[in-house]
Amino acid sequence: MKFGVVIFPGSNCDQDTVYTIRDIMDQEVIELWHKDTDLQDVDVVVLPGGFSYGDYLRSGSIARYSPIMDEVIRFAKRGGYVLGICNGFQILCEAGLLPGTLLPNTNQKFICKNVYILPDNNKTPLTAKLDKTRPLRIPIAHGEGRYYAPEEEIARIRQNHQILFRYCGKDGVISEEFNPNGSMDNIAGVCNETKNVFGMMPHPERATDDLLGNTDGRLIFESLVKTLEEKKFSIYN
Amino acid sequence: MKFIAEIDIMPLKSLLDPQGKAVSQSLKKIGFHEISHVRIGKHITLEIESDSKEKAMERLNESCHKILTNPIIEGYSYTLHEKKEDH
Repeated sequence: MKFGVVIFPGSNCDQDTVYTIRDIMDQEVIELWHKDTDLQDVDVVVLPGGFSYGDYLRSGSIARYSPIMDEVIRFAKRGGYVLGICNGFQILCEAGLLPGTLLPNTNQKFICKNVYILPDNNKTPLTAKLDKTRPLRIPIAHGEGRYYAPEEEIARIRQNHQILFRYCGKDGVISEEFNPNGSMDNIAGVCNETKNVFGMMPHPERATDDLLGNTDGRLIFESLVKTLEEKKFSIYN
Repeated sequence: MKFIAEIDIMPLKSLLDPQGKAVSQSLKKIGFHEISHVRIGKHITLEIESDSKEKAMERLNESCHKILTNPIIEGYSYTLHEKKEDH
């Protein structure tokens, strides 16, 4: 698989993401500058975390109009795979590629800690190979991560299996107690209707190296890579 | 013609506004018991070049829908008046 990590002014998780894809996942990866207009035939576009344009106006609202985003939107509409992590998730929501939006955390604080998330279903490439009963320990680091969408939209994405992850306790219990930022329904990540655009607030790329003592994030990247490889294989045979 | 727009952007009523809530509580704490329901939004001023006020309003609405606001979470209102050039 060939990955492209987009770098916006203010991105700060791009190198962690590149490292994970190249050194941990052993996949080809290129860096794409936000002013580029050629995606160079990548299979997956990743929008990394950070504070693009200083989070001015609303997180992701300015980056959403970076030149490369026209291509990313075209790529996604053709069925190309796009993963947005943290600020990348916010950008995808602002671009209208994902439902809902991210609001300031209920407690008005920037929250940086390990949380547990539970895969909500196995019907998307990002979650297909995950155990739905095993909570994943993944760090969050955001000030604006409160997932919000109108009630009818929440009902729709729930029915269509578009909820990727929900915040939970260590033992997998999903309750308000384990909701770090006030997200509706404890939602930590969602995908689009056609399940090729993914967004999540937690940082799986920060939990892939043995040296850091936590490799749960690797499982998420593995699910994506394995599922896409299988799809590619089935197309060519 | 040049116009000046003053835009007010507010979080939708159905949304929790934690910033407004915190300020509400703080006001009570320092003695302003009669104040409640604080909600905090954004105020933007800008200048817009246009042939007419109608056209300026049309472009202004477009800019609000496209980038200045997120309609899922915010509503907006504005006033628009012609800029008198200094002599």
